[in-house]
Amino acid sequence: MRSLALLAALAATPALAQTDPSDWDAVAATAQGQTVYWNAWGGSTTTNDFIAWVGERVAEDYGVTLEHVKLTDTADAVTRVLSEKQAGTDTDGAIDLIWINGANFAAMKDADLLFGPYAEQLPNWQYVDVDGKTVQTDFTVPTDGYESPWAMAQVVFDYDSADMEPLGSMQDILAWSQANPGRFTYPQPPDFLGATFLKQVLVDLLDDASVLSEPATDDNYEQVTAPLWDYLDALTPTLWREGRAYPPTGTAMFPLIADGELDLSISFSPGAASAAIANNELPDTVRTFVLDKGTIGNASFVAIPYNSGSTEGAMVVANFLMSPEAQVRAQNPDVLGYGTVLDMEALSDEQRAAFDALDLGIATLSPAALGAVQAEPHPSWMTRIADDWAQRYGVAQ
Amino acid sequence: MLGPLLAGIYGTILPAFGHLPAAGLTGPSLDAFRALFDWPGLPHAVTLSLTTGLTTTFIALFIVVGLVAGWSGTRSFRALERALSPLLSVPHAAAAFGLAFLIAPSGWIARAGSPWLTGWDRPPDVLILQDHWGLTMTAGLIIKEIPFLLLMTLAALGQADVVRARTVAAALGYGRVTGWLKCVFPRVYSQIRLPVYVVLAYGMSVVDVAVILGPNTPPPLSVQIVRWMSAPDFNARLLANAAAILQLALVIGALLVWRLGEGLVAMLGRRWIMAGTRSTCDPVIAAASVTLAATSALAIGGGLAVLAVWSFAGFWGFPDALPDAFSLQNWSRHASGLGDALGQTVLIAACVTLVSLALAIGCLEAEHRHGLRLTQRGMWLLYLPLIVPQTAFLPGLQTFLLNAGLDTGIAPVMLAHLVFVLPYVFLSLADPFRAWDRRTATVAAALGASPNRVLWAVRLPMLLRPVLTATAVGLSVSVGQYLPTLLIGGGRVSTLTTEAVALSSGGDRRAIATYALMQTAAALVPFALALGLPALAYRNRKGLQHG
Repeated sequence: MRSLALLAALAATPALAQTDPSDWDAVAATAQGQTVYWNAWGGSTTTNDFIAWVGERVAEDYGVTLEHVKLTDTADAVTRVLSEKQAGTDTDGAIDLIWINGANFAAMKDADLLFGPYAEQLPNWQYVDVDGKTVQTDFTVPTDGYESPWAMAQVVFDYDSADMEPLGSMQDILAWSQANPGRFTYPQPPDFLGATFLKQVLVDLLDDASVLSEPATDDNYEQVTAPLWDYLDALTPTLWREGRAYPPTGTAMFPLIADGELDLSISFSPGAASAAIANNELPDTVRTFVLDKGTIGNASFVAIPYNSGSTEGAMVVANFLMSPEAQVRAQNPDVLGYGTVLDMEALSDEQRAAFDALDLGIATLSPAALGAVQAEPHPSWMTRIADDWAQRYGVAQ
Repeated sequence: MLGPLLAGIYGTILPAFGHLPAAGLTGPSLDAFRALFDWPGLPHAVTLSLTTGLTTTFIALFIVVGLVAGWSGTRSFRALERALSPLLSVPHAAAAFGLAFLIAPSGWIARAGSPWLTGWDRPPDVLILQDHWGLTMTAGLIIKEIPFLLLMTLAALGQADVVRARTVAAALGYGRVTGWLKCVFPRVYSQIRLPVYVVLAYGMSVVDVAVILGPNTPPPLSVQIVRWMSAPDFNARLLANAAAILQLALVIGALLVWRLGEGLVAMLGRRWIMAGTRSTCDPVIAAASVTLAATSALAIGGGLAVLAVWSFAGFWGFPDALPDAFSLQNWSRHASGLGDALGQTVLIAACVTLVSLALAIGCLEAEHRHGLRLTQRGMWLLYLPLIVPQTAFLPGLQTFLLNAGLDTGIAPVMLAHLVFVLPYVFLSLADPFRAWDRRTATVAAALGASPNRVLWAVRLPMLLRPVLTATAVGLSVSVGQYLPTLLIGGGRVSTLTTEAVALSSGGDRRAIATYALMQTAAALVPFALALGLPALAYRNRKGLQHG
């Protein structure tokens, strides 16, 4: 074990100049005055506001300046770090923190582009619900402390209760869409929510989805995904715009629901609909439902690139994101409505009371009603399915 | 200014042929091109690029020529000219957002007519935005290119001896449009040829307008290049560079086709002129062009109006013509973000424009003192950065800067903006600068002023109006830059334009509207100042007030 740890330490040479994550006082002291460039998707006003608030709080408590670099696609940040590595920019790269998960994390971890392990040494890790939530694996890939969780997400379907009733399975959704053409769509893959919809279809159609937890192979891929393509061939002509165009992202479907173009859409944030109602972006008749067999869930993480010049500041932000204070705010539907990653049992009474006092909003299902969480398939499935989708439907005639 | 261009193209060609030493790839190989030609979306993406570019250029040119031929000198022409000129500075992205909010199935036009006229209580499920053939995107480009071509044409008219040509043609019994086309157009076209090429190349390779209005299944080639550029996988990067080379080849090919078309039109036109027909479709062309031009001005104006309504809107469901409530919540919510982005935008635009002005005035003054004159070839060099598609050399320039250790931060972004701002500043300043009456300089010199004193104390003050106009042009070009800011800034430099386009994927119409309006203001306010300041400065100089 000891020699393994030594090997790990040697392998992580670029990190040697950086402060040891387990020495929190030193981390906090060095972080003072650092500027952290957090690359995070910038398409949602509520998320942007939350990040701005995080920036104010870490500036107050730790003297860390947080700059939100607004991405249209997280892959941009991965490319950036990759180009920097090629160009030999091994210190003080452009990015200090990335909102990341899934295939992007797997790619960065694979290519040794991440700083760490650091996540489980952070002081607020003690509150994290390690047993009940998928915070140590990311799309089946072990995180190994190279990213720290900050929000839980689960697939829910947003629907306008003025026009329809909740549905229980993907087959029900197909039947409903055939009866009500043009009222449902999903974001265009490779957008993560669009890709998640494809996975959700597959998980719901398969009798036994356990095959998805192993990497896809050339042998089983065709056979396992066949029901998905049959389903989509039937569904696509009944979609909004007959599947000739797709919304770019999940939030881009809100105005479509508000205008009455869509009655049904998919979301990865159980509280997003309530937050959008509060922001005048959705009519107040919108509600959410989950499928009878449950829906896919995962965690959002932050990771630090290996060449960040402000790893200490980035760890301070990562730690703050796991704090009860930040988590309560993120779960507040007036702010974000994201699920917490914390274990309620690990909190003090006072901290727990803050969570209990939250009014989750009219469109948000209670944790009990959210039901069973299905595991994310291995990232190799998502990559291949998204590629195949682009070939079949992304270059439509 | 050719340095960044050449560095960029060089940096694009190498990886396209599989040479990227940093990734352990040494070429040459054709794998990237093979993969590109295997992409099933390629035929349509290439077709889109060609049709958008050619259609935009043809229609915009048709409208402008018809407008000038049929109406120049009339009162309605002056009114339209006044309406169109400020629209030149409205950034492409803002105009595209406005158009989208106007003509979408749930847009303002559909709302205004529903349900009383159309019977719709839900928006119709029709594909208007993101349509397969990019028609909406083409329309979005046309409405923005009309003001540009119109101003370029008006500038060229000064040297075309229009009044006498028109009088002679009219005396020979030619109608207004026919006479203009036969006598004036050949002279004018040779002068607006380069701006027309700019429109063609821009229409073929535009990214921001295509992201907002263009199709996605598949997208035009330029958008796909940017997507591949940002994919985490290396091979996609090589693919992007190969596609960039293809894009460059396409633009060159389209320019050649256009050039051949010019030859054909010239041949047929000569025959038409010689035939001496007094055409009868004059009123049709005149009416069509003025209607289309007025529609395009209304589209931009209406687009900005609907952006303004959205930016103050509370809940606004379909088919209400106006929101349930108006509030400032949205503006106050985005105030700090807008402030930051505005600061960056203004800083970049101001520095780049100042440098461009200094360089342009320096060049023109050197021309004046040493009796030089920019040749046709020189004009080509100046126009080159505007004609070479941005997607063809910016990815390479990014790699080049990264390798040189010069990447990130605001300075490289300014350098990249300079490549695009300088030509426009030079072009808008050159004609008035050269047209200045040299005898004034002779008088000043006779009174003992040195050449520098003549420049600072006589020439520039007299040329205050064109200098300010050039400044406003420079600022608005810089404000509107999307791709150079995004790629060269590495995401760290966020201007109003990059923020607005980033928001477009989220679909929050209120946020998009506030950023797009702010972006428009950043480009329009300098124009207003350029119009207003000379009147103030010249209030005691009557002779200069209309100069």
